[in-house]
Amino acid sequence: MSLKAEDVVKIAHLARIEIKDEEIESYTSELSEILGFVERLNAADTKGVTPMAHPLDQVQRLRVDEVTEEDQRELFQSIAPETENGLYLVPQVIE
Amino acid sequence: MHNQTITELSAGLKAGDFSSEELTCGFLQRIAQHGEALNCFITIAEEQALVAARAADVLIAKGEGGILTGIPMAHKDIFCTKGHKTSCGSKMLDNFISPYNATVVNQLESAGMVMLGKLNMDEFAMGSSNETSYYGAVRNPWDTNCVPGGSSGGSAAAVAARLVPVATGTDTGGSIRQPASFCGITGLKPTYGRVSRFGMIAFASSLDQAGPMTRDAEDAALILQAMAGFDEKDSTSLENEVPDYSAGLNNDLTGLKIGLPKEFFDEGLDSEVAKVIEVAVEEYRKLGAEIKEISLPNMQLSVPTYYVVAPAECSANLSRFDGVRFGYRCENPADLNDLYSRSRGEGFGAEVKRRIMIGAYALSAGYYDAYYLKAQQVRKLISEDFKKAFEEVDVIMGPTAPSTTFGLGEKADDPLSMYLSDIYTIGANLAGIPAMSVPAGFVAGKPVGLQLVGNYFSEGQLLNAAHRYQQVTDWHQRVPAEFA
Repeated sequence: MSLKAEDVVKIAHLARIEIKDEEIESYTSELSEILGFVERLNAADTKGVTPMAHPLDQVQRLRVDEVTEEDQRELFQSIAPETENGLYLVPQVIE
Repeated sequence: MHNQTITELSAGLKAGDFSSEELTCGFLQRIAQHGEALNCFITIAEEQALVAARAADVLIAKGEGGILTGIPMAHKDIFCTKGHKTSCGSKMLDNFISPYNATVVNQLESAGMVMLGKLNMDEFAMGSSNETSYYGAVRNPWDTNCVPGGSSGGSAAAVAARLVPVATGTDTGGSIRQPASFCGITGLKPTYGRVSRFGMIAFASSLDQAGPMTRDAEDAALILQAMAGFDEKDSTSLENEVPDYSAGLNNDLTGLKIGLPKEFFDEGLDSEVAKVIEVAVEEYRKLGAEIKEISLPNMQLSVPTYYVVAPAECSANLSRFDGVRFGYRCENPADLNDLYSRSRGEGFGAEVKRRIMIGAYALSAGYYDAYYLKAQQVRKLISEDFKKAFEEVDVIMGPTAPSTTFGLGEKADDPLSMYLSDIYTIGANLAGIPAMSVPAGFVAGKPVGLQLVGNYFSEGQLLNAAHRYQQVTDWHQRVPAEFA
């Protein structure tokens, strides 16, 4: 798989990662090389093989739906970049 | 004191030969003396360590506490430690003081261990040389111009240089075993789900597993005993009972069936490393084991499978680092998208960004079947290969890595060549089975690790096989001259 510069710009946007214009070329060639490498998987005959998402042959364990955590908002917000009145602040979203 | 095993240190503490405070001060002194040259510590928690050591001394004086009480240790900086910086080797978390403890941290603390600090690692555990860390590369104590391996490179270097008796590590594709091999120590990746992942910063959730990095198998059994067990805070934690890992250490190996996968000894393996492994296997024959050649036909596909599965999971796991609730935030964001993109663009290093983007691509509309689904199917084939092999043999053996440690910077600009250094270790993560690396010799003064891979829940058997080998060899007792 050979990516184009515009593919990398799109992927970077999907991943919400800013990459600088001068980095696009190197990411394009590195990511293409990695994707080319993983295409070796195409050599495997996987017809009818059940995909394995997880190493354990178990169903998801469920817990009782009850409150087990205590309120630690102040502690958690003490490490936040910006808060006000118990809320996390981000740039204005709605004009 | 720094050359003693946990069992020896524990006996010394109980007998009153030295106190935990003295032991702790001794190791803190070694860290002050050598830590900087190796760059293996990100945080040193001197004050808290001394408080914990004094508390351990009170318990020991009363005749209370267990075998780990008062023994110093250090955590890979991927484990959340309340009140301490937990950086995961990233600028993204350089300012992150964890508000809670990982379950593993609680377990070792309850066992009375004294945490000396947090160890350097590849950024978000993504790397095989410890060169992707925001805090700079760790150096290998056997040759300080070489890498310690990764991602648990700080843990491996610190244990090898005897700056701590034991450290924790995590292993997603070989991150405990490959550095253990490169630094000449013992490292064990348990069965997936055996050790809680709660509070261990997630990289690839279906592969990540924590384990001990120690001087020998006996110590690894003691530490695993304290780390293993069910945790309701980890949704994939196993409820199976934890056996006594030390009980079977001395079991006779007569009749043990050892399989050598021919794919582990192909042209990719350094011929000198191959010779060391052959000698080690010969020791097992002398111990009464039966050796036979086996095949893991899809092994060559394990690295490409991993580089779809792991990036896909990491792109989801690392989406939480967005500059809003904790961690790095860029200066003066213009809008919300700019806040996300620049915080992540500036906060993550190059390898982490590459993997997130590969994952985002593999999961994106139109490519999901070709990459992610295909990789999951091949993962199944790889897992079936192991299942078949364990119908014939008890333990699979081979090299941990295709070579000994390499020079700093040698592979830093070549991601693919770096990825291939995990070719023999990734299979165990994909299948979820336990595996360990034990010191088996040297090539030109650089350590070689022998890998032991077992069936699900066979940690006890692996530790037994490793321990018996360590009874008849002394590779695990070698210490790099500068740190002896």
